Amino acid sequence: MKTSLTPVDAPSIRSRPVYAVLESRPASLHLIVADGEGADAVVEMLDKANDRSGMLAAAHVMYTPGPDGADHGAALEAIGAAQFFRAPTIPSLLPRLQRVLLDAHMGTQFYLAGTEGLIGQAEREIMNTGFPHVAIQKEHRGSTVRRVQCVHCKGITENVATDPFKCSHCGLNLFVRDHYSRRIAAFQGVNIDAEDPGKVPESVVRFK
Amino acid sequence: MSGGAKLPVRVAEVVEVNELIKRFRFVSRDGSDLPAFSGGAHVVVEMDDHGTRRLNPYSLMSDPEDRSAYEISVRRDDQGRGGSLFLHRHVKPGMEFVLSHPMNLFPLDNRARKHLMIAGGIGITPFLAQIAQLSHFSGKFELHYSARSKPLGAYMDRLSSAHPGKVHCYFDNQSQQINLKTLLATQPIGTHLYVCGPKGMINWVLSTAESMGWPKLALHHEEFLAPGTGKPFEVQLAVSGKTITVGTAQSLLEAMEAAGVDAPYLCRGGACGQCETNVHKCDGTILHRDHWLTPEEHAEGCKIMPCVSRFEGKTLVIER
Ligand code: FES
Repeated sequence: MKTSLTPVDAPSIRSRPVYAVLESRPASLHLIVADGEGADAVVEMLDKANDRSGMLAAAHVMYTPGPDGADHGAALEAIGAAQFFRAPTIPSLLPRLQRVLLDAHMGTQFYLAGTEGLIGQAEREIMNTGFPHVAIQKEHRGSTVRRVQCVHCKGITENVATDPFKCSHCGLNLFVRDHYSRRIAAFQGVNIDAEDPGKVPESVVRFK
Repeated sequence: MSGGAKLPVRVAEVVEVNELIKRFRFVSRDGSDLPAFSGGAHVVVEMDDHGTRRLNPYSLMSDPEDRSAYEISVRRDDQGRGGSLFLHRHVKPGMEFVLSHPMNLFPLDNRARKHLMIAGGIGITPFLAQIAQLSHFSGKFELHYSARSKPLGAYMDRLSSAHPGKVHCYFDNQSQQINLKTLLATQPIGTHLYVCGPKGMINWVLSTAESMGWPKLALHHEEFLAPGTGKPFEVQLAVSGKTITVGTAQSLLEAMEAAGVDAPYLCRGGACGQCETNVHKCDGTILHRDHWLTPEEHAEGCKIMPCVSRFEGKTLVIER
């Protein structure tokens, strides 16, 4: 049998994640994880859902404000999902997700919405159970800042806005690639002045 | 050469498993190890059935770690085209055969947290190899296996005693059926499902799972189609410049081979996609029998899978 994936615009590089609009699908549990303006994507999906009340009755929503402070949590809480959990940050949201995954059954639908940092880290937790990652729905909303791993020291810098930037661990000047690792849930940052130390192009704000 | 490199083997053992199923054990003719394979793989067995060349795919059921031999189990199909009857009636230890290299269209996804297997009848064979493979690294699995009756449930005793608590058997003649909805609703996240058996069972399992929100990529199935019989038909081969007639009990692929055309194939059962051929002209109806092409492609009629599909009508010209 041929498997066909959701058609999307060709990415710049094969590993560059691509996103689509969330849509409600049949499930015994709707696990929704969002940050920042991702809340709006969830609200819009529910407005279009055929069985809004049925979906809400089987929905578990986890939310945290975006890296830029965008907080649409009140609107998301107001939709009235069976369970709503608010975390102050992504690292404090993930343990809750891990706990819920321990008891989750096949027939669960996953909806991730918001920044790439949130989407990537939640996707990694779900994928680690063996669930096919392409079956996880992902809609990008809000800030485009990136979570970047330094390919040299392996340290991860959150919320990178400029390119190049200084690695927050080893201090090397890193060029932010579109090359993405699903396993690490981060883009790859590569030293830009390895041949000519000190010759670093001017840093520009590429991600907001 | 089409179908890839070949393995010269000898039959080491023929065992009657029950009144319908026989097991055949093949070893290499020079005593060397056979190529490694993974659970779910099949080989194509080449047979010379009194002048008729038959190439049938069979799942390997032996332990993939055991490279001294390959084992297959064959269910006798009295209504079939003759491959299984030939194996049952004429094949004796010592006879020489040619096998294709193993090919796996039904592999385990080892990222899964758990493997849920559903087998019907002779569909048990790929699972025997997969379970052996999983046992080597304590992979988690659960098997639900239905057979017509207890005597026809091949290998049930062996599986149940080797894997207590993991093997669940059902018998049609006692009106037992898998409680599929409950089974599918209670699987931990990260479970992958595998089903092999009659077409009706495969469709039932897959459609139930999909309606319950299981993602397609966690659903795996294997079904070899026998080419099936039909009315004879004529086909023009555009590249070879030949016109051939496909006989009643012959597939289009077999007819091309009989005419000396080297056409590509791997599974010969409508599953792998290797034999896909463009249709240049079609004045009539292509009887699509594969499960490789999409329903849209079947409707378009621009492609045909010669290993299983047939034609009825005036003219068919294919690119071969
Ligand atoms: S040979 Fe595999 S689909 Fe025809």
